[in-house]
Amino acid sequence: MSTIINLPDQSTAKMPKRTYLNNEYGLKSWLLTGDHKRIAILYLISITFFFFIGGAMAGLIRLELLTPQSDLVAFDTYNKLFTMHGIIMIFLFLVPSVPATIGNFLIPIMVGAKDLAFPKINLLSWYLYIIGGGLILWALMAGGVDTGWTFTTPLSTHYLNTHVITAGMAIFVAGFSSIFTGLNFIVTIHRMRAPGMTWFRLPLFVWSHYAASILMVLGTPVLAITLVLVILERTIGIGVFDPTKGGDPLLFQHLFWFYSHPAVYIMILPGMGVISEVISTFSRKRVFGYTAVAFSSVAIAVFGFFVWAHHMFIMGVSNYSALVFSLLTMLVAVPSAIKIFNWAATLYKGSITFETPMLYAFGFMGLFTIGGLTGVFLGSLGMDIHLTETYFVVAHFHFVMVGGMLMAFLAGIHFWWPKITGRMYPEGLSKLAAGTTFIGFILTFFPQFIVGYLGMPRRYAAYPPEYQVLNVLSTAGASVLGIGYLLPILYLTWSLKYGKIAGNNPWQATGLEWQIQSPPLTENFVETPVIDHEAYDYDWLAYKTKHEVQTVG
Amino acid sequence: MDSQAIATLPEHEQQAHEHPDYVRHHFASADQQRETANFGMWLFLLTEIMFFSGLFAAYLIYRNWYYPAFVAGSHYMIIWAGTLNTAVLICSSFTMAMGVYSAEMRNRKALIRWLSLTLLLGFVFLGIKAYEWHAEWVEHHVPGLNFSIEDFTHVNPAYPADKPLSPDMAEKTQTYFSLYFAMTGMHALHMCIGCGILIFLIFQAWGGRYTNGHMNTVENFGLYWHFVDIVWIFLYPLLYLISRHQ
Amino acid sequence: MSEPTHHVHKVVPPKVYLAVFASLLFFTALTLGVSYLELGVFNAVAALAIACIKGTLVVLFFMHIRYSSKLTKLTISAGFFTFIVLITMTMTDYISRAWGMW
Repeated sequence: MSTIINLPDQSTAKMPKRTYLNNEYGLKSWLLTGDHKRIAILYLISITFFFFIGGAMAGLIRLELLTPQSDLVAFDTYNKLFTMHGIIMIFLFLVPSVPATIGNFLIPIMVGAKDLAFPKINLLSWYLYIIGGGLILWALMAGGVDTGWTFTTPLSTHYLNTHVITAGMAIFVAGFSSIFTGLNFIVTIHRMRAPGMTWFRLPLFVWSHYAASILMVLGTPVLAITLVLVILERTIGIGVFDPTKGGDPLLFQHLFWFYSHPAVYIMILPGMGVISEVISTFSRKRVFGYTAVAFSSVAIAVFGFFVWAHHMFIMGVSNYSALVFSLLTMLVAVPSAIKIFNWAATLYKGSITFETPMLYAFGFMGLFTIGGLTGVFLGSLGMDIHLTETYFVVAHFHFVMVGGMLMAFLAGIHFWWPKITGRMYPEGLSKLAAGTTFIGFILTFFPQFIVGYLGMPRRYAAYPPEYQVLNVLSTAGASVLGIGYLLPILYLTWSLKYGKIAGNNPWQATGLEWQIQSPPLTENFVETPVIDHEAYDYDWLAYKTKHEVQTVG
Repeated sequence: MDSQAIATLPEHEQQAHEHPDYVRHHFASADQQRETANFGMWLFLLTEIMFFSGLFAAYLIYRNWYYPAFVAGSHYMIIWAGTLNTAVLICSSFTMAMGVYSAEMRNRKALIRWLSLTLLLGFVFLGIKAYEWHAEWVEHHVPGLNFSIEDFTHVNPAYPADKPLSPDMAEKTQTYFSLYFAMTGMHALHMCIGCGILIFLIFQAWGGRYTNGHMNTVENFGLYWHFVDIVWIFLYPLLYLISRHQ
Repeated sequence: MSEPTHHVHKVVPPKVYLAVFASLLFFTALTLGVSYLELGVFNAVAALAIACIKGTLVVLFFMHIRYSSKLTKLTISAGFFTFIVLITMTMTDYISRAWGMW
């Protein structure tokens, strides 16, 4: 199989003398760093930790669902499992996954800057993340929360005595972590671009993060005030959502989903940015329709604010309002589809090779398309009456978030691993992991579409026996999926010491990050770059590398 | 080194720029730093707009649902306190703007004077607010803690022409007061944080930190202070002036 | 510096601040006065309109938007727009539930 991997001669290759990893030593130099690259690493370690806790919850859920009865855990415990799984996976993993790790690392380099606009705020955002995560762990150990990650009132305000307040505070703090990351990105992209780096020369990865950052800055505060109101209602008893005091429980849902719908775009847009970079590199071709992809990212962000009530169709919103939101939901699917079409057009007549990041990107394209289309089914009012609150919804969002976003995250980690660490991961093992993940994923979540369509409700520990076969299939898939996610932890850690030296540009990719050493210097660039070529300009790259001698160290 | 790979600005050209010591290393110039910090502050204010927007949405809905209850609740507000507080905050915005001007003019003593005046006015506001909240506590108008609908099912002595509410609608005054405390509470919290930062700024200004050309911090704090003032500008008519003519 | 829209910083004279300060106090008195008139539903309209004028004065002059770059102006518009989206689209639900019988 052909490959575009181009490594320096391993017998003479050495890691560069001075990098961001070795210019300072000691715990304090990491915990008090302003270097966006080190902060990215801090985030990477933290989110991986929380991913496995959330994954453990998922494992327990699937184990319980092997049998129709609630025999592994009690009903209340099951409620706590899916709640904690949701909260951890969404707020502590998916939202920061690409932006806070890969985005933090690369945005300054991609725009040609020495660091993000506000390095101290960047570090603060990581500490806020840790505090939020700590509060979630405390809520977990003190007995958990069982409201569902959606905290629906009046269940969360009046009918439960679990640790809703702690969980609410945790998400509040983690939300500010997200806000500060987004704020930093917007300011950096507007104000810190190198000479010659116009908006339309930026990599599409930057455009996606820009769009996601707008959502973070404008949407997250609404979640914050909603959580404050829930906490106030639980503590001193003000009745903003309490029907007995004249409040409307549905108002909570309006305010909650005003953030939580854009939140799904916060989660997916950075992944789409990764896919643009990966597909271009492994087809050796510029992304088809750069302007369309760039503008569609912003369009997704803008339209994403107009559709939130499609999560509330059966909750008591008026029919007319539901109609409006359903129509707008159809519209919001269009920009996402534009991206898929453009990526497909990029592949057409490209020189395609199948390295691991590309395998994950292919997985993304197929699985995200399925997930996205099922979202359209859910967005049509009639279908939603039947499908909502069933496993169909669960399958839908896992297809887009796990089959889509998590695959994009893994694609990005593998693609930029050589840049971040200076070392290559073992290609054979990584391909195996990618394949395992793909098979495990389909086996886990495809049966859930079927069982949901047949009527199995979500968030139930017990179910009618006729759904058992599909549930067993799903659990079997989950075990395979788990192996697929464990493997990268093992071989990526291994590669830190034993991986091949990568050199500046093992993928022969375009982009400023591939023109500097791997791992980069703390200040990223020796001299401020001046940009005079378009993004994904493979001709320029060919011209540049024609007479280049690869030296490392 | 790959530095020939991309055209770069030769290092010595960059050193020709004056780099005052307050400019951070990742900025090319003091101007870039100033505009960047300013833009960042505005984005933070956007998050504050959206933070308060949830409360305004709730207010809008419940005022329309329970208008008589909102009128009755509003009639128990201490109008002179609210109006005076509005004037106090407007004065404090003026003194803050003058503070920024002093920093621009590199007048250390004037800056400290204006900032101190702003702080004083901030404390006056909080003091009046505390007085109001105490009055509401005494009158049993605090939802969830000691709320009583007694006042609303009887005639309000200040508004003898008002009809007392039915017990059903009188219960809904709790919603009005819930929003009142949530909104003024959130606003007061932002005032407290502002006053805290102001104390820090006065100390720094004393040391001359803002009168050497680097007045970003004062300018950007000014933006925050003005924003908190704008929130109050909207809270005042919405909470205190619901149909004073009745 | 990459930004072609290099923005010249303007110092606002205190006279402007004084004028805005006086206007704000005037509008405060106005809104208090108007609230004692019987205008039906226009009481709320007047109150909000005056509050908007006051807010605009603060934003334009105390917060220097009058003299700011296009980017800053665009940023504030974006925030304002999102605020309006939240309010109005939530209202579409509440208004159409009982069609005026609230």
